[in-house]
Amino acid sequence: MKTKFFNLALAAIVLFAFAGCGSKQDTNEKPVAETNAKKVVDTSTVGSISGTVTLDGKPVPAKPINMSAEPYCQKEHPKPVVPPEVVVDEKGDLSNVVVFVKDGLGDYTFDTPKEPVVLNQKGCMYDPHIIALMTGQTFEVKNDDQTTHNIHPMPKDNREWNRSQPPGATPIDETFGRAETAIPVKCNVHPWMKSYIFVFKNPYYAISKDGKFELKDLPPGTYTIEAWHEKYGVSDQTVTIGAKESKPVNFTFKVAGASAD
Amino acid sequence: MATGANGSLPLPCKLSFLKVLNRANSMPSFQVRELSSTMPEPEKLQGVHRFAVATASVTVLLLMAGALVTSNDAADSVPDWPLAYGRIIPPLVGGIRYEFAHRVFAAMVTVLAATLAVWLTRQGTRLARKLGLTALLLVIAQALLGALRVLEGHPAITATMHATLAQIFFVTIVSLALITSAWWQNAVESLDDRGSPRLRPLAAFTTAAIFVQLILGAGFRHGAFGILPHLIGFIVVTFLVFWTCRAVRKRFGQVRDLRRWGILLQAFLGTQILLGLAAYWAVAQAMHAVQPSMSYVIISVSHVLVGALTLASSVVLTLSCYRLIRPNAPVALRSAMETTRAAGSRPESSRA
Repeated sequence: MKTKFFNLALAAIVLFAFAGCGSKQDTNEKPVAETNAKKVVDTSTVGSISGTVTLDGKPVPAKPINMSAEPYCQKEHPKPVVPPEVVVDEKGDLSNVVVFVKDGLGDYTFDTPKEPVVLNQKGCMYDPHIIALMTGQTFEVKNDDQTTHNIHPMPKDNREWNRSQPPGATPIDETFGRAETAIPVKCNVHPWMKSYIFVFKNPYYAISKDGKFELKDLPPGTYTIEAWHEKYGVSDQTVTIGAKESKPVNFTFKVAGASAD
Repeated sequence: MATGANGSLPLPCKLSFLKVLNRANSMPSFQVRELSSTMPEPEKLQGVHRFAVATASVTVLLLMAGALVTSNDAADSVPDWPLAYGRIIPPLVGGIRYEFAHRVFAAMVTVLAATLAVWLTRQGTRLARKLGLTALLLVIAQALLGALRVLEGHPAITATMHATLAQIFFVTIVSLALITSAWWQNAVESLDDRGSPRLRPLAAFTTAAIFVQLILGAGFRHGAFGILPHLIGFIVVTFLVFWTCRAVRKRFGQVRDLRRWGILLQAFLGTQILLGLAAYWAVAQAMHAVQPSMSYVIISVSHVLVGALTLASSVVLTLSCYRLIRPNAPVALRSAMETTRAAGSRPESSRA
């Protein structure tokens, strides 16, 4: 009886070890092939949405990054570096806010851009801090540093991957097959290196720079426009634009909480 | 009644006493430990015992290395396995240092566990041989889980399983160190537990609760659960540990071998509670930090380590209870034993 129990226990241990060993679901498949005829945007009627993103209030000053764990990185930054989470000028113009069409586009289809979107690793920091691209578009990761990095996006709907990139290595090319917002990207060798990737099925997205953004070539319609900031959350606005019309949309995030206008 | 750990009868007499009682009462279900026939001489196991203690000590370092990986957010710093960056020794920069150190300690413990298992097949008792083999299988399973964690991700599931299996392996090695000790070889069931609930199942239940609490803690740490189950577990474990230790103190306060493990368990739990409060604060601070702070790393790693030591001390207390306290004998048998003792005679003579 005891031997039987012992054998059962051993079998349970082996099963426990192999639990979850099943093949991982590949969610990085190519964009779904269109079965119907393409519905394309009529370029003669397109309009645009442009505006500003501002921060109401003074952000809490960020603590400088401690790069002492990696002498190379520390050497690259003689002056202290703060994480680029909140990039705002004295007027409150907020950068690194992703503004995009969340809803209202219907079933338009769009060509995937041929040129890659590049994420560079320089001075043990990601450049740019926020990445946006379309499904199927090449995401190129370069390492300009003389130290080893690993690039580790952690999506929920796409395939998770984690690849190393020693100094001088060839760029890593990857694609994302499914639309997904705010995919965290990390370098686990240098835990302060963090970034976010946005993957869209359409080209109507922008990353604010000095508080300004523009969504060009939008077909007439009513849209939900969302603005996302990694620290201050999201804000939605509904906008209707007619043929060849341009409309302003302004977003304001508040420092106290994640709520915004 | 012979309740002292330093029993009044020599070992062979006690064995004979139990065997005789067993036959006399025709109670085949009553288990008598066949010490003399199955157990090797304690001196023979001295070497393997020391080796098991050394393996347990290196396992503590392995647990610390593993906790350092998680606390430094370095679990994915080496994306390949079994090599690291395609080499045996990767570039030792940033988080890679923690991950590589963890792998080195894991390799050491695997070799130690394999050596221990082989050694026990030659010298150990039947139980020790089984435990040695179990430990070897556990450490291999643990290595495969570690590989799964590296190659497949899913930290909430794989890392929680990895952390859980680490605790199981650790207490297996600790148990091996205990059962190969001279103390274990010489000790016999000499105590009667008249309290309720019985200390043996109470201690076992407390150990199981601590183990579940460690799983809940690992789950919270790796994102599988929220903090609430771990907080509820903290209340349950605190209550059970104090209940168990109180029972040890009240019923067997004069038995050094039980008392000291009870004190140690309480000391670890007290330390763990303080570390838990500190860890809660540290986690709250770390949520908005761009990188792990030194205070977060020290507190969280200490919390993991003391958690493992709390479980280990509870396992040792439980095994000691099972070693020293007689199982709950049937009423008829107990009456016979008490009658025999009341007569003040040796068991053999009373039977005659």
